[in-house]
Amino acid sequence: MQLDEFFVTGEPLIYGAMVSIALVTAAIIFILTYFKKWGWLWREWLTTVDHKKIGIMYIISALAMLFRGGMDALMMRIQLAFPGMNFLNAQHYDEVFTTHGTVMIIFMAMPFLIGLMNIVVPLQIGARDVAFPYLNAVSFWSFFFGAMLFNISFVIGGSPDAGWTSYTPLAGAAMSPGPGQNFYLLGLQLSGIGTLATGINFMVTILKMRAPGMKMFQMPIFSWSTLVTSFIIVFAFPILTVALALMTIDRIFGSQFFTLTGEGMPMMWTNLFWMWGHPEVYIVVLPAFGIFSEIISTFARKQLFGYKAMVWSMIVIAGLSFLVWVHHFFTMGMGAFVNSVFSISTMLIAVPTGVKIFNWLGTLYKGRIQLTTPMLWSLAFIPSFVIGGVTGVMLGMAATDYQYHNSYFLVAHFHYVLIAGTVFACFAGLVYWYPKMFGHKLNERIGKWSLWFFVIGFHVCFFPQYFVGLDGMPRRVFTIIPEWMPLNVISTVGAFGMGMGFAIFVYNIYYSLRYNEREKSGDSWDGRTLEWATPTPVPFYNFATVPHVEGLDAYLIMKEKGQTTFDEANLKPIHMPSNTGQPFIMMSIMFVASFGLVFEWLWMAIAGLIGVIVMMAFRSFDYNDGFYVKVDEIKRTERSARGL
Amino acid sequence: MAGHTGRFPVKHVIGFILSIALTLLALWAALGSDLPTVWIIVSIMALAIIQAGIQLFMFMHMIESESHNGHVPWNMIFHGLVLAAIVVAGSLFTMYSGHGSGGDHDGDMKHEQQQEQHEGHTEH
Ligand code: HEM
Ligand SMILES: [Cu+2]
Repeated sequence: MQLDEFFVTGEPLIYGAMVSIALVTAAIIFILTYFKKWGWLWREWLTTVDHKKIGIMYIISALAMLFRGGMDALMMRIQLAFPGMNFLNAQHYDEVFTTHGTVMIIFMAMPFLIGLMNIVVPLQIGARDVAFPYLNAVSFWSFFFGAMLFNISFVIGGSPDAGWTSYTPLAGAAMSPGPGQNFYLLGLQLSGIGTLATGINFMVTILKMRAPGMKMFQMPIFSWSTLVTSFIIVFAFPILTVALALMTIDRIFGSQFFTLTGEGMPMMWTNLFWMWGHPEVYIVVLPAFGIFSEIISTFARKQLFGYKAMVWSMIVIAGLSFLVWVHHFFTMGMGAFVNSVFSISTMLIAVPTGVKIFNWLGTLYKGRIQLTTPMLWSLAFIPSFVIGGVTGVMLGMAATDYQYHNSYFLVAHFHYVLIAGTVFACFAGLVYWYPKMFGHKLNERIGKWSLWFFVIGFHVCFFPQYFVGLDGMPRRVFTIIPEWMPLNVISTVGAFGMGMGFAIFVYNIYYSLRYNEREKSGDSWDGRTLEWATPTPVPFYNFATVPHVEGLDAYLIMKEKGQTTFDEANLKPIHMPSNTGQPFIMMSIMFVASFGLVFEWLWMAIAGLIGVIVMMAFRSFDYNDGFYVKVDEIKRTERSARGL
Repeated sequence: MAGHTGRFPVKHVIGFILSIALTLLALWAALGSDLPTVWIIVSIMALAIIQAGIQLFMFMHMIESESHNGHVPWNMIFHGLVLAAIVVAGSLFTMYSGHGSGGDHDGDMKHEQQQEQHEGHTEH
């Protein structure tokens, strides 16, 4: 293979990207060397098994991916603003929308939420870490390397261009030759290992490691949403794993599962993809519901209204989410009977979702509402998400879906649920738990500016798309006709508004780091749940003494009784896991193996896989049981953190 | 896990080797053997059940549970089965109804023939 086949050539935009990647990498290496930070990076971050640090790494990566996906989005919006634009050609446009969709769902939304779960859930349930800290590090590094693998595709080898859904036969070897589609398959496969492991990890953590006394129905709602999400992950991700593996075997070893020839069934891919894909959209929205519930209850200064109904509606949603997948391909031709069945199940799933909306409204009702930034994000979410949900039900009616399917109406729907649901929640959650993570709040005034830019930009961008969709504009086209221009111009303006909002958000991180007051107590917002019972910064063992939980809103009860998580009389040595570089090394070898498979260099793939098996064997005979934190050290840490 | 002594995990190694052997056997049955199709299907099904058993008993501590004051996770097993049923039955239901399916053709009919047939049958 020639070098010019290996690197993508001939596109000025991509040359620009290559130069900036090289510059940023060089800058990072320079800074780390100059300030002698390599050792710090290795000891404190790359080898950590601490759920809080892993969570922070997830969130930083997710923000980077949000930036990448956002740049893709702006490029598409520029191209679509006017008829006959020549900013992106058809091929490049296809690559950009494929990358955008995949990055946003797999490498932005999920990791962002998993990052927040990592930081918050163990604290909320009064645990000292997740059940399997080593596995947690494996999860993170598998996501990280999967994301890297997918992201280098646009400079090395070429991006996939068959959409984030990658329907066969288009995505098969016959119609999409070359490494592009392999990057999709292996990037998702690699990061999928981590997601599955995370699901198992949180399931066990929540079921087994709650503080003494905490019953299931006394668990904070975000932890509940994490539990339900973990179940969906554990049941849905194996379907994706198998589907991806089948397509990989098709493309690399010439089998014919999804091909047009040799009795392959291309539509089976669509079927399997959505059997995972629909549960997936709930994987990214249920934790968001959890975050909003926490925030609304905190800032309405009320117990969550209808807590039990909230929990049950999540469980019902989780169950139903496995029974509606066909609504994504009503037009494929299964016939009226199949379509009717799934039309009805789709309408059913809107019922528990509606229940939750009323629960939030009920919580707000007669509350003493404080309009902080996280609360404003949550308030913006409610009406926006209702629009997304209602149009979802419209799409769910099979007969009308023949009109809406694959038009901008659909595009508007899923952006209304994904952005108003997931992205608003990520911002809200990050702002809300930021003081717990970094020891200071984000600036409220700048935070509100970023919120208004983002929320207004969002509506300006996506509301017109419903109408341009009804005017017949199909999705995934790279050029528009003059009739569609006015609404598209508005849309593009809105997109830049969102871009501004994001930029202000990032600036706020910098500004608050420099100028915002440090937190003096661990309880930044007068919180109700146990994460606020820990001091800030949270000691690595989380709780000096694990509290006994007596009801919902455990910390509120503790505050009334004057209890803390530092009961000097009852300190005992704490057992903690040791740091390890193995997960990082194992997943970097896995990265090499996957890279080999992408280019179909089997020697490299096999060598890499052998390396991974060696690492696993190594782990199997590794009897490191962690270490004990001495009572003296706990005392010292807590006293200084609590200013005693 | 408290109190492990660095003992060699014999059971796990046996389970591991067995599960790989069974996989290879299934692969051979499908690709390398001359068995009639029905028997191939029956044999790989049987191998799959044995495989599941190995996973449950050698790795998932199914029988140790009583002594370690745990319980057999019937609940999860049940939900796993329900999901498998949804995947299989659901795929059959969607893929083999309506006119897009081509589901009524003979198992080993070649694609070209199938297309010819489609051209002949207008009501299909
Ligand atoms: C009230 C509940 C909802 C209903 C009834 C609903 C219904 C639908 C239907 C019928 C489609 C397919 C339309 C078509 O392809 O023509 C669709 C697409 C989609 N929905 Fe929803 N939806 C709901 C909630 C959500 C949520 C909560 C999310 C994610 C957070 C979501 C994300 C998506 C995505 C990503 C697609 C498009 C996928 C693609 O084709 O690329 N939906 N929805
Ligand atoms: Cu769906």
